[in-house]
Amino acid sequence: MRLSPDEIIFWHWGPVTLNATIFFTWLVMGVLVLGSWLATRRMTGDFHPTRWQNLLEALVTLMRDQIRDISRQEPGRYLPFVGSLFLFIAASNLLIIIPGYEPPTGSLSTTVALAACVLLSVPFYGVARNGLRGYVKHYIEPSFIMLPFHIIGEFTRTVSLAVRLYGNIMSGSVIIAILLSIAPLFFPIIMQVLGLLVGLIQAYIFAVLAMVYIASAATAHAEKEQAGQQPGKGES
Amino acid sequence: MDTLGIIGAVAMIMSGLTISIGSIAPALAEGRAVAQALSAIAQQPDEANTISRTLFVGLAMIESVAIYCFVVSLILIFANPFWNIAVSKMGG
Repeated sequence: MRLSPDEIIFWHWGPVTLNATIFFTWLVMGVLVLGSWLATRRMTGDFHPTRWQNLLEALVTLMRDQIRDISRQEPGRYLPFVGSLFLFIAASNLLIIIPGYEPPTGSLSTTVALAACVLLSVPFYGVARNGLRGYVKHYIEPSFIMLPFHIIGEFTRTVSLAVRLYGNIMSGSVIIAILLSIAPLFFPIIMQVLGLLVGLIQAYIFAVLAMVYIASAATAHAEKEQAGQQPGKGES
Repeated sequence: MDTLGIIGAVAMIMSGLTISIGSIAPALAEGRAVAQALSAIAQQPDEANTISRTLFVGLAMIESVAIYCFVVSLILIFANPFWNIAVSKMGG
């Protein structure tokens, strides 16, 4: 029984090994980059966009609206990071309809890497928004005693992000593998349809939680400043 | 019973206990969350989008507890570290 696609090794030469996780990660990245390049190659500004451009514009608009709803800020600066997280996880989960494909998010190394990106981006956005003093200040916010709890919280939520995505995707493939040995005729298809739904929801949840963490670091100080200023002076 | 048998039996029993006890609380919590969200949607149908989005995120966070238990029980069954040590000790 395989618990992760790390164990499938396609090719190795000396210290360099090419396992299924790396291969399919690069495949997904290639599909995303090539697809968006093909779709925006002949971009037009008039009222008759090509159908692929229409699809991408609808996706980007949807992500902007969601980010604006969740963070209650302008989505422009968060869209590149959170949007790429969502697109990568969604694409790598939805491609399981192709036979022989192993989702790279079913490997703990991929999900830990993605969660580490979130862990590093939280102070990045927080410092960019509030300055170094303002960001560090929120660690000792109610009192100094809370400092270790804030630091522990940063790491546990990173671990929970990684294990949640890994557990959901890996359990989907393990259940399909078990069902293939018990009832191979029709049941695995139903579970695979369920796996598509779970994969999309998990991609959405990963992006939403990343957005919530970033927004909580980036607004905690700004709101207090706004409350101190005169009311009605909104910030763009 | 020899060492391998004890390790295997304990791993099997504990993995079953892990997933069964560990899924009771998330199941109760998810049922409660869905019931509350449904009654909230019934009271305020205009806010259905916000409520269901928050519901999905909350459900995922509750469900991750059950997923942790599932991962632990899978590790106990398929990737048990003590089993490998015992097998290598016996073999070599």
